[in-house]
Amino acid sequence: MDRFVKTPRSTRAGAAALAGALVLVLAGCGSDNPLEGRPGVPPGVEIDTSGPDVVGTFAGAGASSIEAAMDAWRAQFQGAHLSATVNYDPIGSGGGRRQLIAGGAVFAGSDQVLTAAEIDESRAVCGPDGAIDLPIYVSPIAVTFNLPGIDVVNLSPDNLARIFTGDLTRWDDPALVADNPGVDLPDLGITPVHRSDDSGTTANFVDYLAATAPDVWTWPVSGQWPLTGGDAAQGTSGVINAVQQTVGAVTYADASRVGDLGTAAIRVGGEWVGVSAEGSAIAVDASPLYEGRHEHDLAIAVDRTTDVPGAYPLVLVSFAMVCMQYESEADANFVRQFIGFVVSEAGQQVAAHVAGSAPLSARLADDVHASLAAITSVEGAAQ
Amino acid sequence: MSTTTPGTTPGTTPGAAALGDGKKRRGRSPERGFSRGFRWIATGSGIVLLVVLAAVAGFLVQQALPALTAGSAELVEQNVLPQGMTSIWQLIVPLVFGTLLASVIALAIATPIAVGIALFISHYAPRRVAAPVGYVVDLLAAIPSVVYGLWGGAVFAPFIRHVWNWIAEVLSLLPFWEVRATATGRSLATAAVVLAIMILPIITAVSREVFKQTPRLHEEAALALGATQWEVIRTAVLPFGRSGVISAAMLGLGRALGETMAVLMILSPGLLVSFQIFDGGQQQTIAAFIASQFPEAAGLRVNVLIATGLALFVITMLVNMAARWIVSRRKEFSGAN
Repeated sequence: MDRFVKTPRSTRAGAAALAGALVLVLAGCGSDNPLEGRPGVPPGVEIDTSGPDVVGTFAGAGASSIEAAMDAWRAQFQGAHLSATVNYDPIGSGGGRRQLIAGGAVFAGSDQVLTAAEIDESRAVCGPDGAIDLPIYVSPIAVTFNLPGIDVVNLSPDNLARIFTGDLTRWDDPALVADNPGVDLPDLGITPVHRSDDSGTTANFVDYLAATAPDVWTWPVSGQWPLTGGDAAQGTSGVINAVQQTVGAVTYADASRVGDLGTAAIRVGGEWVGVSAEGSAIAVDASPLYEGRHEHDLAIAVDRTTDVPGAYPLVLVSFAMVCMQYESEADANFVRQFIGFVVSEAGQQVAAHVAGSAPLSARLADDVHASLAAITSVEGAAQ
Repeated sequence: MSTTTPGTTPGTTPGAAALGDGKKRRGRSPERGFSRGFRWIATGSGIVLLVVLAAVAGFLVQQALPALTAGSAELVEQNVLPQGMTSIWQLIVPLVFGTLLASVIALAIATPIAVGIALFISHYAPRRVAAPVGYVVDLLAAIPSVVYGLWGGAVFAPFIRHVWNWIAEVLSLLPFWEVRATATGRSLATAAVVLAIMILPIITAVSREVFKQTPRLHEEAALALGATQWEVIRTAVLPFGRSGVISAAMLGLGRALGETMAVLMILSPGLLVSFQIFDGGQQQTIAAFIASQFPEAAGLRVNVLIATGLALFVITMLVNMAARWIVSRRKEFSGAN
């Protein structure tokens, strides 16, 4: 059965050299800080690997909005825990929540929090306390426009809503000029562009309009644009491209993707606030939790009408949905360590670096860590 | 389809043929070895095709049924329909309209140009030019649709919007007409022009082959009667090739109906039954609608999307059946039969 293939001496020498190089590379991985020098990681980021070993393959599923950050988190986590494999299927927020409830995923990612009905259903696989929402990703949404030479335009909630309903059609409308002293708004038509696909960005933007301009914006909140007519494009890159190509166009998009386009300052408590990561974190910190949920559930109901100074309440918050009680200790340990890494300073910096998200505040991260510490497993309790 | 006759099959001895006749079914050709195996392979391929088609149709019907049978209250309560709609037909009708409108405009643009190119290649161009032109047209078919989409959205739409704006302005001068044009150029007209470019190669290729088969005698007879080149084409080539051109156009229509990526990346969609083809947010095609909504869909929403897919399947079948009918009705003109 054995067959021998003669290899030339040079090939064998090459193989030896390759093996030597591999040993060196592997030795490099054994340093105290596995993240040091990895591509896509800002300097000074460290991952905590002090907990029990994470062994196995773990499946997550859910929102595509956090896919870029999740890819980076998975790569960093697997780099530090060599015997762990983490998968994430970006099937959409609703699909991810359903997978978790059905027991098909260990965790879910979602732009919307679990509904009360979903929490009830989740008790079948997640123990008597059900599943909880933990904030892991905060991303400011920018209202962005293409007006050459103009970087910032002040847009009050009413004006913003009127632009997107097609009621305000020109940039030099008196309503806009009144809010923008010193800005030379051009005599130009406004072309609002919305997302044509079902998206968490749309849901949060519409939620903001519905909360801050209830007289103008009378449509219910959903991930699909509620109005007919008007320009639209597919995905964040689609709307950004459409605005870049069209002078006078305006859209809403993930702030990290805006590039050279101008952004709007929105009105918060009598002041104009431009889009920023800090402002988003302030707005999230100032927001209350949904009431009547488990004490460890951190479902944030973003307060769009906040008047806290410096807050930028036009944000998208994505959550990780996890069980309060897992069947196996391996799953519980994985969730504690993985989500713990995600909300740690290191994890949030990785996300800020690759996806331009706004890092969670230290206080919120502490709350998430406290919730994670309360996660148990049937197996662990039996021991 | 058995065309082999005893005695002509290589490697068959008369004795074996007699044996086969005696022991097995009568009238069958005595096939042996690979010849028999190949019959099964060919038959199997034919069956696989039918099974796959039946499986697709069965899947579509089975998955679409929950959406089609669900009551209006259930659809609204589960929030599976776009805002303000209470019946699945309110969704399917504008989608079917948008799909047909985009495809028909694309076909109307592409067919005359394709026939022109095909005639140029088959009858006007010198041999040295004809071959490269034919090659370039075939090359158009090899470009992936996502590349057409990128080009259409990034280059073509910003360019052609000036043309659409001008047309809209001129048409709006007519009384009782208000033609709007979007500033971004992402309209159904733009998508239809890109679709026309995409279906150009298939119509050209089929038409060219048909025109090339025009009987030489017909053309020479026309020339002998003193016909000009145009008259030869009108009296000999076009009547001969008509059914071929029609089936070529139907093949192109089939591609235009199902085209997804290019429309998705170019069109500003809307769910209206509207002829404002230069404005954004008016129409949407079925394929692009499914592609844009599916990633975040779950539960009954998926069934609704599959129901729209079933509608597309039915339209495409109807188009193909219509094409077959037209072609068979004009069979007498076609020398190919």
